Order: sequence, then structure tokens, then C-alpha cells
Amino acid sequence: MPHRQNRLGRIALRWGLYILLGLFALYYLMPLFVMVTTSLKSLEEIRTGSLVALPRDVTFEPWRTAWAHACTGIQCEGLRPYFWNSVMLAVPAVAISTLLGAINGYVVAQWRFKGANIIFSLMLFGCFIPFQVVLLPMARVLGMLGLAGSISGLVFVHVIYGIGFTTLFFRNYYVNIPVELVKAAKVDGAGFFRIFWAIFLPLSLPIIVVTVIWQFTQIWNDFLFGVSFSQAGTQPITVALNNIVNSTTGVKEYNVDMAAAIIAALPTLLVYVVAGKYFIRGLTAGSVKG
Amino acid sequence: MAPILEVKNLVKNFGATEVLKDINIAIEPGEFLVLVGPSGCGKSTLLNCIAGLEPITGGSVEIGGQDMTHVSPKDRNIAMVFQSYALYPTMTVAKNITFGMKVRGLDQATQERKLAEVAAQLQIEELLNRRPGQLSGGQRQRVAMGRALVRDPKLFLFDEPLSNLDAKLRVEMRSEIKKLHHNLDATMVYVTHDQIEAMTLASKIVVLKGGIVQQIGSPAEIYNRPANLFVADFMGSPAMNLVPARAVANGKGVRIEIEREGGDTLILTDKEHSGLPENVVLGLRPEDIAEKGFRAGTNVQDATCLVDMVEPAGADTYVVSKLGGTMVTARLHAETGAKTGQMIDLSFDLSKVSYFVPETGERLN
Amino acid sequence: MIEWLERQLPKIVLAPSFFAVLVFVYGFIVWTGWVSLTRSRLLPKYDIVGTIQYDRLFVSPRWDTAMFNLAVFGALFIIISMLLGLLLAILLDQRIRTEGVIRTIYLYPMALSMIVTGTAWKWILNPGLGIEAMVKGWGFENFSFRWLVDPDMAIYTVVIAGVWQASGFVMALFLAGLRSVDEEIIKAAQIDGIPTWRIYSAIIIPSMAPIFLSAFIVLAHLAIKAFDLVIALTGGGPGYSTDLPATYMYAMAFSRGDIGQAAASAMVMMLVVFAIVVPYLYSELRAKND
Repeated sequence: MPHRQNRLGRIALRWGLYILLGLFALYYLMPLFVMVTTSLKSLEEIRTGSLVALPRDVTFEPWRTAWAHACTGIQCEGLRPYFWNSVMLAVPAVAISTLLGAINGYVVAQWRFKGANIIFSLMLFGCFIPFQVVLLPMARVLGMLGLAGSISGLVFVHVIYGIGFTTLFFRNYYVNIPVELVKAAKVDGAGFFRIFWAIFLPLSLPIIVVTVIWQFTQIWNDFLFGVSFSQAGTQPITVALNNIVNSTTGVKEYNVDMAAAIIAALPTLLVYVVAGKYFIRGLTAGSVKG
Repeated sequence: MAPILEVKNLVKNFGATEVLKDINIAIEPGEFLVLVGPSGCGKSTLLNCIAGLEPITGGSVEIGGQDMTHVSPKDRNIAMVFQSYALYPTMTVAKNITFGMKVRGLDQATQERKLAEVAAQLQIEELLNRRPGQLSGGQRQRVAMGRALVRDPKLFLFDEPLSNLDAKLRVEMRSEIKKLHHNLDATMVYVTHDQIEAMTLASKIVVLKGGIVQQIGSPAEIYNRPANLFVADFMGSPAMNLVPARAVANGKGVRIEIEREGGDTLILTDKEHSGLPENVVLGLRPEDIAEKGFRAGTNVQDATCLVDMVEPAGADTYVVSKLGGTMVTARLHAETGAKTGQMIDLSFDLSKVSYFVPETGERLN
Repeated sequence: MIEWLERQLPKIVLAPSFFAVLVFVYGFIVWTGWVSLTRSRLLPKYDIVGTIQYDRLFVSPRWDTAMFNLAVFGALFIIISMLLGLLLAILLDQRIRTEGVIRTIYLYPMALSMIVTGTAWKWILNPGLGIEAMVKGWGFENFSFRWLVDPDMAIYTVVIAGVWQASGFVMALFLAGLRSVDEEIIKAAQIDGIPTWRIYSAIIIPSMAPIFLSAFIVLAHLAIKAFDLVIALTGGGPGYSTDLPATYMYAMAFSRGDIGQAAASAMVMMLVVFAIVVPYLYSELRAKND
């Protein structure tokens, strides 16, 4: 008898566990659910219906407005131009910072020279500063370089403050590759770049994926640099989203706000759904090791 | 003939620590030189210095009669096989082997001809399109050798190439390397911490410890006449018995007194050696102590000893007895009737004995 | 010459990144520190007058609120995220069949921009149409939940949104930690008949000390940099009631034209980060060099 009781108890515990996990899943999903349903409702339905109710009449009008007509301050072009701003900002910034990180990591991990560790520590440390401390001088330097308010300026800023992390990622990856590989290649007659190009880069696909995802998420989601160093017309999507949501003119269109928020979140969510494994690896690597 | 490799007064420091101190080594063509020593003795560093992968602090390295001290590895006319094999993981076996030729800009036809030659020699033809990750340890080892062979170098360097293999494969590859050395008539420098590997492969052994050369000699010299206590202890398995003893002049020879528990001193008379100081360490290999009646010679001495332990090892049986405060191992025949706790008559072959100074460890005879 | 160049190549390759970090991180910190000691207002001045900016900062009630908010927000955000993350990790560690799906759900908020998170929660928490309206609609006419517009409570809405975003990530960290505990130790404990909760409390959790430290560092770092979330969720309001040092600094730098105050507040933020991160980095790098 006690045996059976024990089994029943275990089944009950198991059920309890699953219910608890399910409730937490609801907690994490609820905001997304509310965003999606709200974005598909008319304003009228929002005012009269419940927050968590499914839309009675599905409408895509808020999405159209968010994409093409919503007002960010005076202009009313929707998120579309800012979406492309973010693309044009993220693609080169991700590519350049990843490439620099790869070659820096290769040097730090495989071509140790005196002081390399100190240099690496200094670079790593740069990842941790609150960026507020560089905002003022950076604004002035961008002005002096003629990059103020431009997308190139933002690319520059993201590359500079991204190389610390990208170098860290590649260093931690390359440091596990035996130094004998470089020695063998040296005896074979290959030089610094040849070894990088022919031997290390082909090995690096997993860490390239991790780094690209990490950098893309960081840069796409950035708000501080975007709001500090852009001007009307060159703002990235996060800044535009905030402007749409917090613009106080006219009727508050919650459905448009939600559609806009989903549009802004879509690229990174997509990356997360498609390559979640690498996303998590980047997150944990970026935090455990540094 | 001029030496292929000549290392002169080589010094290597890492910061303030001296890793190699005044190393002098010369190798004739066709020699198989083994650098052996415990881990951290500097043997791999020395090999890296010879290859040019580590800059040296002082001295010079000549290869094929040319000063190569400041020449980069690729121009030293060497090939190297690494402990981890260091195969390029993303390249096929064929590409691994031809990478060096490709970097040097050799034409395609030559590359393919040499690849085919080497692949045939090492019997790895069917592996050429695989990647290192798909190979077994032994196969990787062969590919690493292939990458070295294809270079046709003046000098082959091996950095503990067998230490990642399991015991059985290690023995197989050992004899293959030996065969290869014979067939190619190549000159090789080989680093290992395994003294058996050193004994079986080498035509000349360099024993290193703490960055200092302890002894250079043929395997027989190293084994039979170790230059000091370290070499005596390091080379040979089971290790040489090293027993503190008192030497008393006795006519033409010496009387050796070894303390035993219970106050009953073991006395042996060595007829061949003389002029020893009073305190010595007597070194005798296990195979030079036999059961009475199994060893004959002009300088063989018998004595009765207490058996403290019996260890059958198949072909032989090891008997351990406590003498002079240390456990002394004797290598007896397999059918011995020795039993723990009983007395046994042993024959000590003193013609093979080594004497050392206890304080400095230097060899006396 | 070419030989020498070849040997210096690793240094030459690393140099641009190193100098960029030197100038754009360390140089800029010095610049901000310098300016924080001047009378700079709309434009920077470079003659040092002492600590007047800090004197002004420390008597400013708005800065007071910001620091107090940081303490409240930081403490609650870190503690709740850690506890929730640990709980979720332990629940998920019980051989759950759908672990992959559940983990994906718990972690996706980390892929979102804080602006998106803020927008979503702003909608959910708004009293007129959000949760309050929903519960009232269920028949609880007296239900009231107006934290978002209550100056005393608004900072807790930032905690709610922050925890929602970051706790899944802490869960992932802890789950990795739980999985890295030597299985043989756990098996030995099971054979000794030690109950599961004791295995966790006495063996597994104590062995995860480094992960706790990492999670703490990451969360603390997020808390101090938190800027986007406040901007999107409350805009710092009502009034200044949800100001954080980051929003204070931004307001001084870009809307108040008070560069001296901005610089001084940025320096204080940096000192807070350093006080947390430096000991951690120091121990990490030391452990690595051994």
C-alpha cells in the first residue's frame, strides 16, 4: 500500500510540475499574445473589449498604418524608412565588428606576445563601461569627423563598442585550438594571414554565427546610441518606435503602437526562433566569461 | 661527414627563468637522436628552438652546415610531427599533405606525384578524401607523418608523436617509425618522456633534466653506464636499484657493506673496482640480481636475503627485498619458488655494478 | 626588413582596435571626468574649477530620486530575477519532456529590444484599458491597479517589465550550471538516500557559486545601464518619479544642455559599475592566468 501511495504522490507531483511550468509559460507569452491581438483589433473594439479577448473582427489596418503612415513627430511615414535605416546600420556594423573580432581574437589567442593579455583585458574592460560616460565626447568626435547624425556615424559607434565583445567571443573559441596547429602551418611555410585565412576562418563557422547573432541583436535593439547620435531621417527603428508610441498628438492608437512594436521586434525574434541555440550560446558566453 | 644538425651553446630563457642551459648537440646524417627527460625538462622547448618556432636567447643552431639561428621555420629544411598531430581540421587528408607545397607554389603535377608517393608509402591512399575528424588516432598519426615526409627535409623533428595513442598502437607505430627511419635513411630528432621509446628507437640518446644535458650516448651506454643517479633512475623499467652502501678497501677490490633491518649487514665483495670513497650509492639493475645458480661469472656474489614481496609478471617474477633502507627488486625466472616472508639465496652480478657519489649523484666507476 | 615586419604583424593587426579602445573608451572616460570638474553648460569648457558639478549633483532632488530608484529597482530586479530564474531552472531540470519548447518560451523576451518590452507593458499596465480594466470587466468593480501613473509605485512597473525580460536568461544560465554539476556526485548522493531537495540545497546550488556571481554581474550591469526600458515604459514619469541615473544623465546632456551635470552623473554611474565589475574581472583574469 505505501508503495502505491508513493506512486500516486509522484504522479500528482509530476502534474503539479507541468501545471506550474505551464503557468509560467503563460506569464512569458501573455505580453506577446496581448500585443498580437491588440494589433489586430480596431480602436473601437479595444475600448469596449477585454485586454485578453481575441479580436472579433480581424483588421490589418493598424499594421499598414504602423508600417507606412504612423507619425513619428511631424513626419507620418510609418516605420518603413526607419526599418531600412536599421538594416543599413546593422549589416555593415555587424560585418565589420565580427571581422575585426575574428582577427583580434586570432592574435590574442594564438600569437601571444608580451602585453597581449593586458591589451585584451583593457579591451574586455571596455565592454563594461556604462555608455553614458562616452556619449558626450562621442557626440563631439562624430561632429568633428563630419559623421554627426549620419548612419555611418552610428555604424562607427557600434563597431567601436562592439569589438570588445566580438574579440572576446573569438578569443575564447580560438584559445581551445592547440597552438601546434599554428606551428605546423609555420613549418609548412604559411604566414600570419595565410594561416588565418586557410586554417582558422574555415574552422570558425559556429563562433561566427554566435557573434553575428549577438551583434545583430545588440545593434538592432540599441536605443541609447540611436537616440543620442541620430537626427530626423536617420533614426533607427527603436527610436522611431518610441517616437510613435510617445507622440502625444491626436488619438492614442494602441493597435498601431502594438503593430509597430511587433514590427520592430520581428527581425530579432525571427533570428531567435531560427537560431535560438546560437543565441543562447552567445548570451551565456558573453556573460559567463566576461 | 659534417653533422646535419649542430646545436652550440644554446641558451633559452622565458623571462627570468632559464629553460635551457648551454646545450651542445651534434647529429650525423642518418642518426636517430632521442631527447628524453621528465615533463618540464625543456626537451620540447629545445625541439621548438631547433625548428625555429621559439627564438633562442643565446648560442646557435646549424642545419646542414648552414647557420639557421635566425632563419624562419619554413626555410630551415625541416619537417615536424606534433603530439596532437596538428592536422588542419577543415582540410581533407590530401590537402593537409599538400598544403605546404601549395604555399610554396609547387605546380599541381608535382604536388600530385608526391602525394601519391607518400600515400603509397604510408598506405593511406583510401583516406585521402577524408577529414581528420573522421580518422582514428593511428590514421591521424600516419597523415601527420605523411605531411612531414612529403617535404623531403634534411631533418625530421618529432614532438612526442605517440603519446596520444593507446598502448598497443604505440608499439605498432614505434616499429613503423623505426622502419621508416631505416628505409629513408633519414635524420631524425625525436622527443619523448617514455624511456622505452627512447631505448628502442634511438641511435643516440640525450637525457635532459632541468634544462641541462645529463648524458649523451648510445642506448647501451646510457643503460649500462648511466652518468649520474638521475639517469640511472630515469632510464630502465623497473628502475635500477640504488642502494646506499659503505665501501671498504679489500686487497685488489672492495668490500661492500649494506645495512639491513635487524642489524645483520649484507656483505658483498667486488673484485673489479677499487678506489671508492667510504660512502657510495650502489646501482644494480634488477636483471643483474638472479636466483642463486642462475647467474655465472667471475664477479658474481651470493647472499641470502629476506623476501618482502613477490610480483609475478608472466615471463619473469620480481622479488623485492629491503636492503640499505630501500626496496631492492630482483628479476628472477618465472618458475622461482620464492615466497613472501621466506629467505632466498640471490646472486649479485657485480661486473654490471655502477657506483655513485651520494651527495652529487656523479658516477664513480 | 620583411622578416621583421612579418614578426610584428600580430601587433600591427591588433593595434588599430587597441588604439580605438584606448581613445574611445579610456580617452573618453578621461574627457568626461575632466569636463565633470568644469563649469561646462551648453558647451564644454576645459578649465578645472573643482567639484562643483558633483556638489550640485548631490543636492539635486532629482538625482536623489534617480539614485534611490536605482537602489530599489536594482535590488528588486536582481533578487526577483535570480529567484525566479533559479526556480524555473530547477523546475526545468526535472527531465521535462517538452523542455526545448518551454525554454524557448521563457527566454524569448531577451531577444526583444527594451523599447518593445516597455511599449508592451505600458499597454498592459495602463489603467484605462489594461489589466485594471480587464479585471473590472470580470465583475470586480473596486479593483484598482494604477501603478503606472502613481509616482510612488511607478518604479515597480519597471521592475515588473525588467524581470519579465531578464528572468528567462537567468534561468538559462542556471540551467547550464545545474547541468554542469558532476553527475557522479549526484548519483552518489541518491544512493546515500539523500532527498532531492537536499541534493539541490546542499550539493548542487552551493557548487554553482560562480554562476550566481555571473548572473549577479550581468543583472547589475543591466540595471545600471537600464535606460531604454524607463524611456519606453514611463518616460521617467510621472514627474521624475521613475528617473534613473541613466535617464538623468541623458536629460542633462541632450535636453537641458547641462554638460557639466551630465558628465558628473556619468562618472558616478561609472564608479558604481566599476565597484561591482572590477573585483569580478580581476578574479576572472587572475584565475585564467594561473
